Amino acid sequence: MQWNEEVSPLSSTTDTTEAPRDERREAELARVVAALGGNVVDSLVKPNDDMWIRVTADTWRATGETLKSLGYTYFCFLSAIDWMPSPFGKGEDDPTAPPVERDTTIKHGYTGGDTRFQVLARVTQPFTSLGINIKVDVDDAAPVIDSWSGVYAGANWHERETHEMFGIGFNGHPDLRNMYLPTDFEGYPLRKDFPLLARIVKPWPGIVDVEPLPGDDSEEGEAS
Amino acid sequence: MTMLGDRQQLAYIASQAADARVNVELETEGMTLNIGPQHPATHGTLRIIARLDGEQVVWAEPSAGYMHRGYEKLTEVRTYPQVTALVNRIDWLGSFANEVPFILGAEKLMGVEAPARAQHIRTILFELSRIANVSLFLGDLGVQLGAVTPVFFAFRDREYVLNLIEGATGGRFHPNFDRIGGLKDDLPAGFIEETHSVMKKLRNFCDEIENLLFGNEIFQSRTRGIGVIPKDIALQYGLSGANLRASGVDWDLRRDQDLPMAWNKVDWNVITHPDGDSFARCWVRLQEVRESTKIVDQLLDTLPAGPVMAKVPKIIKVPEGEAFVSTENPLGEMGYYVVSQGDQGPFRVKIRSASFNNISIVPWVLKGVYVPDIITILASLYFILGDIDR
Repeated sequence: MQWNEEVSPLSSTTDTTEAPRDERREAELARVVAALGGNVVDSLVKPNDDMWIRVTADTWRATGETLKSLGYTYFCFLSAIDWMPSPFGKGEDDPTAPPVERDTTIKHGYTGGDTRFQVLARVTQPFTSLGINIKVDVDDAAPVIDSWSGVYAGANWHERETHEMFGIGFNGHPDLRNMYLPTDFEGYPLRKDFPLLARIVKPWPGIVDVEPLPGDDSEEGEAS
Repeated sequence: MTMLGDRQQLAYIASQAADARVNVELETEGMTLNIGPQHPATHGTLRIIARLDGEQVVWAEPSAGYMHRGYEKLTEVRTYPQVTALVNRIDWLGSFANEVPFILGAEKLMGVEAPARAQHIRTILFELSRIANVSLFLGDLGVQLGAVTPVFFAFRDREYVLNLIEGATGGRFHPNFDRIGGLKDDLPAGFIEETHSVMKKLRNFCDEIENLLFGNEIFQSRTRGIGVIPKDIALQYGLSGANLRASGVDWDLRRDQDLPMAWNKVDWNVITHPDGDSFARCWVRLQEVRESTKIVDQLLDTLPAGPVMAKVPKIIKVPEGEAFVSTENPLGEMGYYVVSQGDQGPFRVKIRSASFNNISIVPWVLKGVYVPDIITILASLYFILGDIDR
């Protein structure tokens, strides 16, 4: 442990002492927000890190077209996030014990949200390597949103994957067949309420091995 | 510059003309050709369904998913240090390179940065993974075209690199060596001298492959002007890595991104090629192995002293937040979108793997090509099945 004094100790809270600025990203985000106008619900810049925006669902496709015309020509990925915490936790429950009640209150990430599912996409400006993460709320009752496959050709496969994994539909997508799962597969594996069956049918061997590491001062043995 | 642009445009027009010919001239009865899932010309279990009209492909579709392992779901029941063991197996030929963006993402969320020595060693091992990965590609390329000799050269020289990786990390294929805050260990004794001599061998190997394969007339006639992908198409499909740079896009995440890695501390070149055809993709990869050897050599000479691990708690809890980190992996842009809710494990990890995007262009690029070219185009796009299926 001779290097203790060289490296600053880790702080688990974000340091708000000096609030570093990132003019390049702030200017870029202002340009994007100005071009998108009222479509943007919320936006965020993390200095020297990344940009986030959240747009309204009915302007999703228009957002893609605008971003492409702003120079975000490189399509990075499109996926979704299920914000509901898993009712199965880490899948480390003892199957013989009564089922554990877990808090499944939804807690959204950056730029907030109103729904359980959010579609998340990222496009990048080549050469400057500035990327922007775009989030959009997807209605829980009818999780359908416009397709980006006509805007970015690469979105085609990503939307197919999101469709089978999250059960989110894409209006105007040419072909939403399953890529990975059998055609008659029931359920949407990446949704949080889809159990990880390998952890259900056989108890996780880790549950017998859990012992606190020596010299650890954080709390141990909590339920989640 | 305009001349190069014209050349690319001509090749594009030629491919479009081939497309038109399929639709207008040949009114023959079509047939469906099924390549794979188990086929010597595919790496792993990728199945290509091609509808043919005579010798030309009118419609093609890769069918992935024979090896999907659900890593995105599995990461949700793992802790952060355990995830590296999973992501190792995404692109199994360049395993160490898969760990790095995930660890960098977790470090970004925690506000930790690895010490300078760890950053250098990470970059060295990263580039060694690239060399191990791409040298196999260069050998395999010959096999796809019916030339058996290059693969022996490739396996011989890749072994030296794998030995280095094994010497440093203990694992030939799945090092699982990267830790949040640094590395598991320092480099072993004698690593620097050994690596210098291996890099010399690898440069020699590049010369051999270039003379053996790239100058070969059959190789050139089967790859030049075949499978042309123009710049704008490549970008909107999200092609990355050598596939993108072979279409004339001068963009390399190692150079253009500000990451806590050591690439910007040394002198090397980003290789691009204006043509966008199969030959360009192969050629760019070959040159990139040369550049990687240069990077490794320089980094070994400038290796700073100090610890290889920052001070991090024994039980790692990552504060709430979201981060996307991607690096220029052997196959292209490999990124992880990590969502943390302050737990010991990630809440959601979206794995953005290079091959998934690189292969999604296959239906577009295979339209109008002849049957033998299917194999060369697929080979030059270069994918690893684990990187598509995740």
